[in-house]
Amino acid sequence: MIWIEKQRNIIDFALSSLLRRRGKNLALLAVYTVIVFILASIFFFTSSIKKEASLVLKNSPEIVVQKVTGGRHDMIPVRYIPFIEKLPGVRAVKGRLWGYYYEPTTGANYTLVVTDDYRDKVGTIAIGSGVSRTLNTQKGELVPFKAYDGPYISFEVTEVFSPESELVSSDLVVISEDDFRALFGIAKGYYTDLTLQVRNAKEMATVADKIKRLLPDTRPILREEILRTYDAIFDWRGGLLVFILAGAVLAFAIFAWDKASSLSAEERREIGILKAVGWETSEVITMKSWEGIVISLSSFLMGVVFAYIHIFFASYIFFEPVLKGWSVLYPHFRLIPYVDPYQIAALFFLTVVPYTAATIIPSWKAAIVDPDEVMRL
Amino acid sequence: MLKRKSNIFFLCLTVNVFALLLVFTHAFFEGRNNTPLLRERAGMVEKYQLTDLCLFTDARYTRNPVMADFSTPFQDHPLSMEHFPSGSIISPPEHLARYDLEKK
Repeated sequence: MIWIEKQRNIIDFALSSLLRRRGKNLALLAVYTVIVFILASIFFFTSSIKKEASLVLKNSPEIVVQKVTGGRHDMIPVRYIPFIEKLPGVRAVKGRLWGYYYEPTTGANYTLVVTDDYRDKVGTIAIGSGVSRTLNTQKGELVPFKAYDGPYISFEVTEVFSPESELVSSDLVVISEDDFRALFGIAKGYYTDLTLQVRNAKEMATVADKIKRLLPDTRPILREEILRTYDAIFDWRGGLLVFILAGAVLAFAIFAWDKASSLSAEERREIGILKAVGWETSEVITMKSWEGIVISLSSFLMGVVFAYIHIFFASYIFFEPVLKGWSVLYPHFRLIPYVDPYQIAALFFLTVVPYTAATIIPSWKAAIVDPDEVMRL
Repeated sequence: MLKRKSNIFFLCLTVNVFALLLVFTHAFFEGRNNTPLLRERAGMVEKYQLTDLCLFTDARYTRNPVMADFSTPFQDHPLSMEHFPSGSIISPPEHLARYDLEKK
């Protein structure tokens, strides 16, 4: 109990000391909180996207085979299917038809997908909420699409996908095979790519290797690569964002280090007086540690809570311009919160511990000097 | 009770720690309550044989990063630098980097 009471007295003194330099410390607290807020927002956003991708894309095709001509993705001929079907381990091969349609009036890009459900529904389409929004079209209305050879073909919208599914369907236009071929001028006997089902998931890499040997102009993409993609593209080390952020974090690190590691003349005099009135060196260090903990722990907790509100309640409003880029059709989706405790712990050790440690060394240096010498400075 | 500064600090700290615990609790329950939503999205992926999330729609290699290859981002011009803002935010998928290693 005596130890606790002593710590409380030291904390009282540390807080009084911080309040004496109110302006400086409040500015530090604000900047510190903003840095934690940005870092935690990125952590929350990327971990939720990664988690969502891993759960949603686990049903994506096991292997996708593309044809590459002249270094570019090309239509794959149907005659490739029997070669692949004969490979041991392959259960089924299916042609997939999909493509992009640029809508000149709105400037948006749509993803057109052919599905078996629409085989008999020539002249009709199902659209994502993003498409419905940009075209201002609802179920039952007609939408004109310009065919590859010039004339417009009108399609009746029979379904608008739910806004909750926008993360996967915002820009989708589901169409029949005949309409797709008529729109893009793709001859029968050609597909965008092929999708494969294999008997044993462990054999996927072997099957992909065999396809590459048998058909050297193809490029197989495995489902495990699809699943890993979102881990890689939102890796904190990748992309320009990290360079921009690295600058801000580095500037803050220098600012905080300078603030924490060099004591002002006033602070040195304060330590000298404390020593002269009988404070032990350990007590001075404890007091300075509490000062560091008060600033860094408060910033950390506030930054993390604000970041959570920003990402999951305020629809990542500060990230929206970055994510939107030049997109005309921008998906509106609500992320399902996923908080990784390891990332929070990492953020804690990256922010709270270094700052608190940095405050101790200069205090210790000042505290071991003779009080008379410190006060004369 | 709040005459001492340390008491005010501990009160603020308790409120913040409580808010952090609320964050974890909210995330846990939201994750559980949204299972049907996840199932709906996963169902669409299976039905329409999708390979990517619809995050960036400005460029096709960011709309479908899995399907992109090394030459895709440079198809505007062989010497063009990164053109679309979203292409600057995300890094290339892992399997593209591995292909690069295989070539070497």
